[in-house]
Amino acid sequence: MTTRVNTDRLAPWAAYVVVGIGSLVMLAPFYFMFVFATQSRTEIFSLPPPMWFGDDFLGNLKILTDRIPFWRNLGWSLYVAVLSTALTLLFCSMGGYAFACFEFRFKNALFAFVMATLLLPSFMNMIPTFMIMDVLGWIDQPRALYIPGAASAFGIFLMRQFVQTSVPKDLIEAARMDGCGEIGIYWRIVLPLLKPALGTLGLITFIASWNNFIGPLIVMRSPDMYTLPLALRSLQSPVDTEWGALMTGSAIATIPLVILFVLSSRQLIAGLTAGAVK
Amino acid sequence: MKLPRLSPAWTPYVLLSPFVVLFLVFGMFPLAFSLYLAFQTWEPTSGLGTMQFVGFENFVFSLQDEWFWKSLKNTAWLAVASGVPQHLVAIPLAVFIHTSFKRLRNGVVGAYFLPYITSTVAIAIMFSSLFSTDYGVVNTMLAKLFGNEPIDWLGAPENIKPAIAMIVFWRYLGFNVVLYLAALQTIPKDLYEAATMDGAGRLQQFFHITLPSLKPMMFFGVTLSVIGGLQLFEEPFILTGGRGGSDQSGMTTAIYLYRMAFDFNDFGAASAMSWLLFIVVVVLTLLTNRAFKPKGAGG
Repeated sequence: MTTRVNTDRLAPWAAYVVVGIGSLVMLAPFYFMFVFATQSRTEIFSLPPPMWFGDDFLGNLKILTDRIPFWRNLGWSLYVAVLSTALTLLFCSMGGYAFACFEFRFKNALFAFVMATLLLPSFMNMIPTFMIMDVLGWIDQPRALYIPGAASAFGIFLMRQFVQTSVPKDLIEAARMDGCGEIGIYWRIVLPLLKPALGTLGLITFIASWNNFIGPLIVMRSPDMYTLPLALRSLQSPVDTEWGALMTGSAIATIPLVILFVLSSRQLIAGLTAGAVK
Repeated sequence: MKLPRLSPAWTPYVLLSPFVVLFLVFGMFPLAFSLYLAFQTWEPTSGLGTMQFVGFENFVFSLQDEWFWKSLKNTAWLAVASGVPQHLVAIPLAVFIHTSFKRLRNGVVGAYFLPYITSTVAIAIMFSSLFSTDYGVVNTMLAKLFGNEPIDWLGAPENIKPAIAMIVFWRYLGFNVVLYLAALQTIPKDLYEAATMDGAGRLQQFFHITLPSLKPMMFFGVTLSVIGGLQLFEEPFILTGGRGGSDQSGMTTAIYLYRMAFDFNDFGAASAMSWLLFIVVVVLTLLTNRAFKPKGAGG
């Protein structure tokens, strides 16, 4: 019996220690990325490796902008992320509202079909997508990234779920009685009620687009059109990698995400695991 | 000019049309096209005009290809070595966080979740430096703690897969912790109260109440890990410079089919491989389903 009492007393402390050390291990790589972003290549490659911030951030940035059109790449990342977020929010809120509040032929079959594609592995579309983009002449065109992404099955799922729980059908009926047009109902009544869900889906879409690697890898061929992840990868070479500059670039690509995450982690985590928890 | 009024009967079609058009053109058509390509061969330099139907030739070629089998083995190894520990660690972690953390909870969960939303490229770059042989942080620490000789993590064939598995484990652990935390919240508190009254200790409660209640989520989480693990592409692709590492020991099937198309210019064989891998994914998902599904209950 005494052993039982002991484990019960010890358990909270063991929990603090284990969870605490674990979170340090989780965060350590980020710490080193930010530290190395401020160190020159020779300092990174010294023993022991630097553990604290240095003063080579601007020097690294100089190398970065000399080697690749860094600001241009960053601009494309932003441009694609903003447009794909806007389109996804518009199309998925329209679709989600239609699935939640209307009856039409093949509705359930269509919804089940769209949901089934959520489980479709991403490698399946890699090759045909390249060939289609080639035929369309969309290689090296940002629209090859933000237009296909706007048909998000996950977005449809999230929006339908949210409309079902937070848009009262009576309200829509009442608006219809008062002579409000269908598009007006969507735009003036449904959309404002969807704000929290739009925020969540917007964050998720923006982050996914910002991080997207396979998409641009397939369709972006010239370094001038690269988005940030692709541009950073192009800096890696077997012989002469500018590690300091590479870390600076990675840090700049990561900082916006860390900020977004700190501001909205609860909402983001809830959204990203929505499909799993429901 | 005023648009004619939209009738409620037509509204859902109008609302859905942008999504459905994009979904068909960029989601479904590529899939059908890829199935078609898997049965064709053509000379890439002379364009799609030279396309020829070759029956199952691409599939036979893939199945006789040594590198294809090697890539499948690598993929399976990585899926298991990165997937299983994720769940073995995520479950106790989630229980610890659930029982002992109140105010700090969101911060702690955030720390574990952060890698999941970070760019794979940034992660892979970060780890290529941490895993560097002579000056990497990982080897420096190992030398300090255990006096290890430096390990050639990303160069030696036998070390690439463990290094990739560690990174994948690190990246997806938090996602699983969140899944299990959500499941833990649904377990009724009176179950534990009753067990405490009956004199059951924490460990007994964990094995007799917590674990059985988590089973549906384990099924779901493991299925996601299997599907995700089998399509592993970005982390090994960037860590091995897009070629699969020395002796192809970090080459997953997704990487190989990418290379088959874009490095070796055989889009037909690459499409056939993607369908073969897809079959593996479906079969393994169904098997996972069998193994984990609680008897008599829906998944």
